[in-house]
Amino acid sequence: MKLELPIYLDNNATTPMDPRVLEAMLPYFVEKFGNAASRNHSFGWVAEEAVDYAREQVAKLINADSKEIIFTSGATEANNLALKGVFEMYASKGNHIITCTTEHKAVLDACKHIEKQGGQVTYLEVQPDGLIDLAQLEAAITDKTILIAIMYGNNEIGVVQPIREISSIARKHGVLFFTDGTQAVGKIPVDVLADGIDLMSFSGHKMYGPKGVGVLYVRRKNPRVKVTSQMDGGGHERGMRSGTLNVPGIVGLGKACEICMHEMESEAKRLSTMRDRLENSLMELEEAYVNGNRAHRLPHTTNISFKYVEGEGLMMGFNKNIALSSGSACTSASLEPSYVLKALGLGDDLAHSSLRFGLGRYTTDEQIDFTIDAIKNTVLKLREMSPLWEMHKEGIDLNSIEWAHH
Amino acid sequence: MAYSEKLIDHYSNPKNVGTLDKAKTNVGTGLVGAPECGDVMRLQIEVDEVSGMISDAKFKTFGCGSAIASSSLATEWLKGKSIDEALLIDNMDIVEELNLPPVKIHCSVLAEDAIKAAINDYRVKNGLPEMVSEKKAH
Repeated sequence: MKLELPIYLDNNATTPMDPRVLEAMLPYFVEKFGNAASRNHSFGWVAEEAVDYAREQVAKLINADSKEIIFTSGATEANNLALKGVFEMYASKGNHIITCTTEHKAVLDACKHIEKQGGQVTYLEVQPDGLIDLAQLEAAITDKTILIAIMYGNNEIGVVQPIREISSIARKHGVLFFTDGTQAVGKIPVDVLADGIDLMSFSGHKMYGPKGVGVLYVRRKNPRVKVTSQMDGGGHERGMRSGTLNVPGIVGLGKACEICMHEMESEAKRLSTMRDRLENSLMELEEAYVNGNRAHRLPHTTNISFKYVEGEGLMMGFNKNIALSSGSACTSASLEPSYVLKALGLGDDLAHSSLRFGLGRYTTDEQIDFTIDAIKNTVLKLREMSPLWEMHKEGIDLNSIEWAHH
Repeated sequence: MAYSEKLIDHYSNPKNVGTLDKAKTNVGTGLVGAPECGDVMRLQIEVDEVSGMISDAKFKTFGCGSAIASSSLATEWLKGKSIDEALLIDNMDIVEELNLPPVKIHCSVLAEDAIKAAINDYRVKNGLPEMVSEKKAH
């Protein structure tokens, strides 16, 4: 079979939709267009039935009850609802939230907003491998702490936090635990009961479902958790999120969850084998470093820095053929490299030299072979024209040079 | 963001990558930028002592495609010019030639800085006073 180009290796940004998901969604645009909130006619009943079925499919994947599933427009909305909703609902109990520096911007920026509203937020630093320090977490808890918000799996480096240990600390102190499960749900087993999760966000388009639909799981028992609605209106989703339900999106998300439920285990095995092969081959290059803990990691993600070459320049060598991301944000106005990599303690130079690989359901061995060759060749070529590489080879310590910062 | 064909060509087939002997008195070396900022350029000129013309120019750059292309273009322009003519190369000429997008203008500024730094190094080595040029804002 001929290799088709370009190759997509940016599955942590978004995934292509599974054709089986599209097939499940199609009847709900034209034919079965009803509003799930229309209680008095069959058009509404058909839509409601479809939403109920999807709610079951979603709940099953994370071992929740279907009543605990709140549909949103995506993970960003779910993150905002969880953080702001808990902050407002539990205001009489306290105003302190604990999170960490490697969270997604939707969590960090919602926390910034909460600070402006009079909340106190502790941003835990992570260890060099990207994991949080549990002792630090416990020490940060005060009698005003209402919520711990720590993500399940990181979007840039794939590191999976010790969720069960975190939740048992939260339990011990009577603090709620919210986790952003966007990168983890559908990729690795996530069980809200066994994991002790009180609230969890995730999104359809990261697991081969549609864009524009996501979930906030809100626990109903032990403890019963409530969030203040951030969207006022018709009182949909048990009053926590008003707005006419996105029926085709929800049907698609349900189908995507069902497929993940059945295929996740074998898919994770297949992808981690490919990921390891990619990683090990690229690590044959000199001065290549994997960012983040390699043992506690999502199966489909790796993040590697190729010292002495710049990430964006590196991507330009193959971006006609391979789509992936770099931690070097040279195109952004700030010119700041990835804050996640910097939080691991990486110098700006290594952060600028990083590539993120996100493998997915449709990644093949042939694509990985092609990628290994293309990246190795480009790194070697760019190092030949890198003054830093030349200095490194001559044994010059780059830190000894007085750089003209600009 | 779509880059111009000229830019992509300079990135894919860079001209004058390499190293001149910086110990020679007729070689000027400019090293500008910083690894933390994501780009470092080293640009070198070799001046023909009889004619006073730049007979060779080489570069090595750590940076994005625009930084590599800007330095490649700069070395092309430098060859065959006198020192005085070389000083007239303005970063906006590079921006225009490569059609650099606004977020990449700093790459052209860096290339201009590298030219000036190389010329200065050559002047100092040859007993001429260092130029004082007004620093462009990056």
